[in-house]
Amino acid sequence: MSNSGAAVDLGEVFGPSHRGDEPDLVQLLTPEGERVEHPEFTFDLDDEAIKGFYRDLVLTRRIDTEATALQRQGELGIWASLLGQEAAQIGSGRALKPQDFAFPTYREHGVAWARGIDPLRLLALFRGVDHGGWDPKEGNFGLYTIVIGAQSLHATGYAMGLQRDGVIGTGDPERDAAVIGYFGDGATSQGDVNEAFVWAGVFNAPIVFFCQNNQWAISVPIEKQSRAPLYQRAAGFGFPGVRVDGNDVLAVYAVTQAALQRAREGSGPTLIEAFTYRMGAHTTSDDPTRYRLSDELESWQKRDPISRVKAYLVAQKAADDDFFAGIEQEADELAEHLRSGCLAMPDPSPLDIFGQVFAEQTAELQLQHDQYADYLASFEGEHA
Amino acid sequence: MTAITIAKGLTMGLRAAMEADPKVLIMGEDVGKLGGVFRVTDGLQKDFGEDRVIDTPLAESGILGTAVGLAMRGYRPVCEIQFDGFVFPAYDQIVSQVAKIHFRSRGRVPMPIVIRIPFGGGIGAVEHHSESPEAYFAHTAGLKVVACSNPVDAYWMIQQAIASDDPIVFLEPKRRYWEKGELDEDAEPDPLHVSRVVRPGTDVTVLAYGPMVKTALQASAAAEGEGKSLEVIDLRTLSPLDVDPIYESVRRTGRAVVVHEAPVNLGLGSEIAARVTENCFYSLEAPVLRVGGFDTPYPPSRIEEEYLPDLDRVLDAVDRTLDY
Ligand SMILES: Cc1ncc(C[n+]2csc(CCOP(=O)(O)OP(=O)(O)O)c2C)c(N)n1
Repeated sequence: MSNSGAAVDLGEVFGPSHRGDEPDLVQLLTPEGERVEHPEFTFDLDDEAIKGFYRDLVLTRRIDTEATALQRQGELGIWASLLGQEAAQIGSGRALKPQDFAFPTYREHGVAWARGIDPLRLLALFRGVDHGGWDPKEGNFGLYTIVIGAQSLHATGYAMGLQRDGVIGTGDPERDAAVIGYFGDGATSQGDVNEAFVWAGVFNAPIVFFCQNNQWAISVPIEKQSRAPLYQRAAGFGFPGVRVDGNDVLAVYAVTQAALQRAREGSGPTLIEAFTYRMGAHTTSDDPTRYRLSDELESWQKRDPISRVKAYLVAQKAADDDFFAGIEQEADELAEHLRSGCLAMPDPSPLDIFGQVFAEQTAELQLQHDQYADYLASFEGEHA
Repeated sequence: MTAITIAKGLTMGLRAAMEADPKVLIMGEDVGKLGGVFRVTDGLQKDFGEDRVIDTPLAESGILGTAVGLAMRGYRPVCEIQFDGFVFPAYDQIVSQVAKIHFRSRGRVPMPIVIRIPFGGGIGAVEHHSESPEAYFAHTAGLKVVACSNPVDAYWMIQQAIASDDPIVFLEPKRRYWEKGELDEDAEPDPLHVSRVVRPGTDVTVLAYGPMVKTALQASAAAEGEGKSLEVIDLRTLSPLDVDPIYESVRRTGRAVVVHEAPVNLGLGSEIAARVTENCFYSLEAPVLRVGGFDTPYPPSRIEEEYLPDLDRVLDAVDRTLDY
């Protein structure tokens, strides 16, 4: 499959094998870095593209490391690490076309990267200078959503908008669009997410539900959210579900690309369960040693999403030391951009908030603004 | 006497309630093994088991909706909402079901449910972690709403709320969780729905609850240095209000300032101002003033200190009422 339309029968791609109870997950690159075949999904980009993914993965991890350090030094209020989930995010984010739209949670730093959002904007939110930080229309990337599951309905509604605009199923690869909605395993318990499944199914909305099953919702393991594998839920809502190795960037790309294409063509929603692991704490406020065992972490470390890509590139002789050194250098520069940009980030003015509530300002709020400005002015000179 | 924090007072109170009544259950996100993100339920699952301290799936409507059924079966669920901003997925169950079932059943079906909500700002958090939703609940017939402000009240009030046969929204001042006080477990606690003068004074009555009680006390200490005597009342019960201590105080001082973090517009202060005006009209020397959040969503945390009422904003209102 390429980015420009699929020649395969997409009904078959999400065929019966993913509706049953067999637990296998789609994998195209083993943890040891070996390419493997899958009967339904193929990754058909070249090694240059894989090098590009490698770069994305390393830079995304570096954003995460630097942000964690900035939080530890008191420059961010909190940070939600994506450590371990880089492949799920880069693979799916890179499968998007410019006209597609992504609805993230609060952890989709890799998707943000793939959508061209300056990671400094992410830091603004976690630093507490901004609730949003970017224009969703630039890069077609929604605002981070903290209320668990809420964005799944927004994504579905946006997809229904695409339907009404006639930008699906035209056959024009530059035009046909789809939506991807991200959420975690914990979120699948929320009413909103289940309602989104209902809507998407009933209206055959052009949407891909992308669930990163990182096995944990803070301290609560996946067994406490679902007795059935999450991807199997899709069947009950009337659309296909598939489980992919979320630490395999090639498989995530191939599966997401196929699901997006299916949506763009007008064949409706898909649920992708990216099977992965939250390698770090839930956020910098969390202490996972209170609730999970370290052997679990160790077993997942062997399935690291980045090292397998490197192993592949090295084995193929597709990348040399200079390539890897160049990316390290780029990562250092990115970290420096984040650090200096974060420290230089101005605080908002408390007077700004009054003008941001409504499209049409009210006299009451304007009065509150004016009175508060007078109040602040009454302190001027006092501390001089 | 033991020195405890508010968080510890709640943990001890929950433990005492669970020991006293096997029908008491704790349910919520991360309340079991982790002991809650604020560790308020720390150790309870270990001691009372997974049947009584339940790590629920991630769904607030589910937590409250199933609590209704458990209550119908004779249990006394204590539901933890992880942060104020996440109570809204449960809003329908709380407002349309929990609040109405006693009434609809003509008293045949009580709803002994406690909804614990860490509320308010000042902790440098991201969106939805700093809100003050009390007015929504106080406005709802069929719900009682209380807020503790210190470790001793935390210890007693949570037990009293659990013992009550009515549904109670129990607000915990999260930014004060780690503040300490001396608990005497043998002392006789005040009843739950009682307001209390926490600092006597003569010039202005300052009414506060939850996290703002400390702010009001700080303001009264600062005002004292300027020769102004503030009487501070900790409301403790927001619905029903305990109006007698309020009227008694305002009739003496002739002036009142209500302080809360929630937006002023239709907040608790509005109701108190109206009641004081109706009942103490001839004693008032100035209009009742309200100090609270602005009518904007809670702002990004770097400017939350500006948004939240602080000592200066309270003193400013005090001066305005004195200058009136
Ligand atoms: C409605 C709501 N309830 C509770 C929370 C608090 N909370 C934040 S993240 C989280 C766990 C989310 O788990 P999951 O959906 O698996 O995503 P992950 O954080 O693992 O990426 C919880 C309970 C919230 N943000 N929103």
